[in-house]
Amino acid sequence: MLDIRNLQVRAEGNQILKGIDLHVGAGEVHAIMGPNGSGKSTLARVLAGHPEYEVNGGEVAYEGRDLLAMDPDERAREGLFMAFQYPVEIAGVNNAYFLKAALNAKRKHHGLPELDAMEFMQLVGEKAKLLEIDRTMLNRAVNEGFSGGEKKRNEIFQMALLEPKLAILDETDSGLDIDALKTVAHGVNAMRSPVRAIVVVTHYQRLLEYIVPDFVHVLSAGRIVKSGGKELALELERRGYGWIEAA
Amino acid sequence: MQVAEKLQPWLAALDERPKSGPRWLQDLRGRGAARFAELGFPTVREEEWRFTNVAPIASTAFRPAPAGRLAPEQLDAFLYADAPFRLVIVNGRFVPELSRTRGLPEGMRFGSLASAIQDDPDVVARHLGTIADFDARAFPALNTAFLEDGAFVHVPEGVVIEEPLLLLFVSVADGAVMAHPRTLVIAGARSQSRIVETYVGNGDQAYFSNAVTEVFAGENAIVDHYKVQEESLDAFHIASMHVHTDRSANVSSHSFALGGRLVRNDVLATLDGEGSEVTLNGLYLADGDRLVDNHTTIDHAKAHCPSHEIYKGILGGRARAIFNGKIIVRPDAQKTDAKQTNRALLLTDDAAINTKPQLEIFADDVRCTHGAAIGQLDEDALFYLQARGLTFHEARDMLIHAFAGDILDRVRIEPLRRALESELYAQLARDLAEADAA
Repeated sequence: MLDIRNLQVRAEGNQILKGIDLHVGAGEVHAIMGPNGSGKSTLARVLAGHPEYEVNGGEVAYEGRDLLAMDPDERAREGLFMAFQYPVEIAGVNNAYFLKAALNAKRKHHGLPELDAMEFMQLVGEKAKLLEIDRTMLNRAVNEGFSGGEKKRNEIFQMALLEPKLAILDETDSGLDIDALKTVAHGVNAMRSPVRAIVVVTHYQRLLEYIVPDFVHVLSAGRIVKSGGKELALELERRGYGWIEAA
Repeated sequence: MQVAEKLQPWLAALDERPKSGPRWLQDLRGRGAARFAELGFPTVREEEWRFTNVAPIASTAFRPAPAGRLAPEQLDAFLYADAPFRLVIVNGRFVPELSRTRGLPEGMRFGSLASAIQDDPDVVARHLGTIADFDARAFPALNTAFLEDGAFVHVPEGVVIEEPLLLLFVSVADGAVMAHPRTLVIAGARSQSRIVETYVGNGDQAYFSNAVTEVFAGENAIVDHYKVQEESLDAFHIASMHVHTDRSANVSSHSFALGGRLVRNDVLATLDGEGSEVTLNGLYLADGDRLVDNHTTIDHAKAHCPSHEIYKGILGGRARAIFNGKIIVRPDAQKTDAKQTNRALLLTDDAAINTKPQLEIFADDVRCTHGAAIGQLDEDALFYLQARGLTFHEARDMLIHAFAGDILDRVRIEPLRRALESELYAQLARDLAEADAA
């Protein structure tokens, strides 16, 4: 599904990613761990198409297509979804209105009829229950005045609604208390499927207790320095990042 | 520089000003004319006019607009013209056959100002010209000198009228003509009313519209006022609204500026009764080489008065805007609570705005806040929407509509809100297409 080869990325004059190789197949859950500043979030944001990064080497294939040649909105309509580490507050844009526009943009792209208000609300009702999304959250402006936990739940709620093929969760666990973490993890686990891949970017092992990965990669100073199974996360928890960075 | 020769044609025109009406009116006009002759047109050396050069008005020999003709169906082209009650004022003159005044509550006055001067001379004389201060203001002085007709609204004590009252000012111009429409609104104690002033014009004529509105809100009166300015894109529109509130009165005014080539809109509200409240909001749109200047003054003269103000602008092309929001808190105005926000969105690199909040506070137990934000669309928000599958254009439209919607959503007359929204969005779509093509 996702093939990253020797990806090199610069931002504001700094070389942040120095040659990333990663292969993510359908049905797999990958965790990308690493200390602050290792480039984890940069990787997530580059895959989503954030304009502040400059790719200066390597390539990324998404379902056999050149991902880097696609605009961010096209990536999204083609089934890539990034849950933001810091979801943006958008004053004046009603959450439900925004979600309907996003969903219908994707449906239109795939030649499906757009959902009307009734169909949309029915779908929203199902997904909202899964993530314990309060109806009032739908009628507020996108993320505006949401608590940290509400923002993260709203991200995963969007993901549940948009049903991506490739989901990238950028530090979705940061700032969540244990109850919110469980809710979010429950939402993500409900989305696990043989046709969907999930990449979880996180600093801590805690989230991985609830979203159990098939593969764990450790990113350090812009490179993947170690890959393994889920037990690698436990080892990192026990020993910290120092032993890998030193290696 | 104020050249006396330049003023000469204007002084000659002032000599030809209307001479009809009672003595007090002639005196009032005379004082306006004398004041204008002394003041002349403001120049950019005056602080209040630093960024707005009115030389194009001063140097044009505008003739007083002759009575204009308009077929009823021609009104359909104008935004919200189909209001249940309306006064139609064409080229400054009330046109009874285009107006709708039947079925209003007993005692209510809703008609021509010229008639009111004859029929209700005491009430009119007691109010007219008393708050539209022209001592230091050339344009209200000019308006007063030419004062002849316009709109008169008098809502008697305790009368609640739910249906909006539309004052439709139309300029039917053929060349460089000018009109000086005048509006007097008297909202009696405990009355409630909704008033919509719209200023529209024909085609691409470079006429000059110089309007003055005075609003008196009596004790506990509620006035919900809207001004929609959609003049010809070549027209000059200079207007001032003067508001006076008695105890516990509540006046809100929303200003929508969509047209005009050179636009100056002054709103001056004096909170002159304890516990009265004023809301001044505005939304303006400008593109091309147009200039829109909003000056507001909220004068807190008495204690316990809240005031709220949000002005927003969207500028494209090489448009210029000015926002100057003055808040005065007098020594007696303890417990004042004044909030002011001013935001502008620049769609192009060549668009510009000059903005200045001005707080003059002479009381100590008050709360005054102001904030200004000028800029482009929020890049993070744009990316967020795109990352959810919306194209750049869809994302941009959504953010711009949200920006304007903040003001539009405050319009409490639903058909007016819808009409404004569709007009505004259509104009925005044109501006954005132009910005994209550039």
